[in-house]
Amino acid sequence: MKPRHKRALIIIGALATLAIAAVFILNALNSNIALYVTPSEVAAGKAPQGQTFRIGGMVKDGSLRRDELVVHFIITDMVKEISVAYKGILPDLFKEGKGAVVQGKLDANGQFIASEVLAKHDENYMPPEAKHALEQAQKNGAK
Amino acid sequence: MIPEIGHFALILALCVSIIQGVLPLIGAQQGRREWLVLARPATQISFLLLAISFGVLAWCFYVNDFSVLYVAEHSNSQLPTVYRLGAVWGGHEGSLLLWIFLLTGWAFAVAQLSKTLDEFMVARVLGVLGLVATGLLLFVLGTSNPFERLLPAAQDGRSLNPLLQDPGLVFHPPMLYMGYVGFSVAFAFAIASLLSGRLDAAWARWSRPWTTTAWIFLTLGIALGSWWAYYELGWGGWWFWDPVENASFMPWLIGTALIHSLVVTEKRGGFKNWTVLLAIMAFSMSLLGTFLVRSGVLTSVHAFATDPRRGIFILLLLSLVVGSSLFLYALKAPKSTLGGKFSLLSRETLILMGNVFFVVAAGSVLLGTLYPLLIDALNLGKISVGPPYFNAVFVPIMVPVLFLMAVGPWANWKTTDLKTLLKRLWLAAVLAFVAAIAIPSLMGEFTILTALGFLLAFWVIASGVLQIIRQCKVGMPTRSFIGMQLGHMGIAVFVIGVTMVGAYQEEKDVRMAPGDTVTVGGYQIRLMGVGPAQGPNYQAMRGTFELVRNGKVQELMYPEKRNYDSSTMPMTEAAIDAGLTRDIYVSLGEPLEGNAWAVRVYYKPFVDWIWGGCLLMALGGLFAVMDKRYRLRVKK
Repeated sequence: MKPRHKRALIIIGALATLAIAAVFILNALNSNIALYVTPSEVAAGKAPQGQTFRIGGMVKDGSLRRDELVVHFIITDMVKEISVAYKGILPDLFKEGKGAVVQGKLDANGQFIASEVLAKHDENYMPPEAKHALEQAQKNGAK
Repeated sequence: MIPEIGHFALILALCVSIIQGVLPLIGAQQGRREWLVLARPATQISFLLLAISFGVLAWCFYVNDFSVLYVAEHSNSQLPTVYRLGAVWGGHEGSLLLWIFLLTGWAFAVAQLSKTLDEFMVARVLGVLGLVATGLLLFVLGTSNPFERLLPAAQDGRSLNPLLQDPGLVFHPPMLYMGYVGFSVAFAFAIASLLSGRLDAAWARWSRPWTTTAWIFLTLGIALGSWWAYYELGWGGWWFWDPVENASFMPWLIGTALIHSLVVTEKRGGFKNWTVLLAIMAFSMSLLGTFLVRSGVLTSVHAFATDPRRGIFILLLLSLVVGSSLFLYALKAPKSTLGGKFSLLSRETLILMGNVFFVVAAGSVLLGTLYPLLIDALNLGKISVGPPYFNAVFVPIMVPVLFLMAVGPWANWKTTDLKTLLKRLWLAAVLAFVAAIAIPSLMGEFTILTALGFLLAFWVIASGVLQIIRQCKVGMPTRSFIGMQLGHMGIAVFVIGVTMVGAYQEEKDVRMAPGDTVTVGGYQIRLMGVGPAQGPNYQAMRGTFELVRNGKVQELMYPEKRNYDSSTMPMTEAAIDAGLTRDIYVSLGEPLEGNAWAVRVYYKPFVDWIWGGCLLMALGGLFAVMDKRYRLRVKK
């Protein structure tokens, strides 16, 4: 094999590998993103159907209710409210009146079944997604 | 008065760094000896100044000087001394000071250990490091001064986030930063060689031990962070594909590619351009990691205050470094690319393939990490990219890497014929297949993915053992060889840990009242009771659990739910019974009705092998650095 051919082969091989990798990667990216949706958008029916997504907002005061290991609470952007059910142990920083982000799906009754509850690592910290939801709701309210 | 000394030392350090960054570089270009000899003393002085500055900040923490804003925000008088020192880098300003301190430390080490290197090269390397230090010092002094005063002084400080009050977290940032910053040396060597046009084997030989050392620290730093997340965050996972974890993982991937590519450049004079490019990329990834973590664009435990000026500054610095070095690369990269000739089946090709996979892996992690930021910046909505993406992409890319890892060391430089390779590797293949079928069957559950994990791990181990046997027949193995074997075995051990945990772990969230028992992995865990307990700066509810196997009590476990005095945030402290073949992990959730608690119980088989593997890798790196041919340097 001539050196020139060899080099060409190496380059073609590398490019082919990259192309295949790119296809797989973009495909995986497309099917594994979770959209952030605000409670108002969920109420307006803008939430993705049958797909996992995230809601950011505040945990409504006095809404936390326990049924053995299942926890029920309401997440709100101060305009609309979404009721959430989660089975399992909540993170340390989950509290009524604080910001939180939940990930999961809507069931047939419009209740959000959370597979994951994310509260952040610092007590003085507000998840930007939760803040975004509140600001969004406020803006729309002011209009 | 004392904090001002620290501040003043920082300002002086900036002036010295400018001298260190400008004069030696010009001197080396124009052949002015009197300018280029400034590099060493300037480096030494700036290291000394940073040490003073850092020491002063540590002192302020030690004596609880709450007239310093940074101290008041991150420490308080009740905090135990060791965590007060850890708090020095517990916030944005202090951690950046640590970054620069370590940078000047690396530069100092280069200055001390490069007596045999020619003056021009030393001047250029130190000059480049000086420029980097200048940029970061401007950043600290301009936007994040740790010595800013708080007048009137606070009565007491706000205290450190309780999550960070942990020995793992005292050592995690310095280790990680040593790694990040260490790549600046590889970067400086690469830029210096581009400037001088002397990209040769000698350059690679100089650069190798430095790069490997940085890689060791980065490996340990990432492992420590992962271990901390495992036992402190209370989630029981060891890797979450959190953007901040990714930020440290990308330089590691590129760094791993770099240390392999450097081998080819040193031994065969090949891949020069590629190696230089990787060195630039590795350091750029480190800077990008710093940007992502410190600018507040990401949401995590590491994102401190969100001052937009800071983000913009780091972004500017990043684009300046990447832009100017790539520009230089385009101008000066040598024309001959592949160096010594080699055939399609040779060690060079195998290493190159591994390299491509590593870079693709880093690229895919980068994409997943930046994609949400990009979508947000373009106002297309807010999204998150979760672990499923990373698992779906990353694991398939690593499969060929593991495959190549066992083949590469058997291949000869220049050319190898397939027959010889097959003759050397058939036994390893047979052993790996046996292990891949036997182990999952013994564990009682067989899946293709599990079998694949064991197949690859034992493929690497068997191939390594055969190499060691062959090497020992020929003669005493070199430290380099031992290092390589340890590093590769470390990966295999890591893969075994990941596979075992992934396939056979049990996780249970249950309601438990005193006297209740839950069974995981052949162990019974019985709740004896939950009662109050008192710590140095916190109150806790402490559970007492019995770990029972075959009717015998093996261990008592005490998970806690803590409330720190200075914080309203509760903290879960898991109890872990660690072992070579399994961890039992118990943590308290919330109290439920009727004296019961929500309890989380995990059975994690071979989970400690994950970090054990990382330790082995780091140890391998250590052996490689101590190889005889670098001895001259190591002695000095």
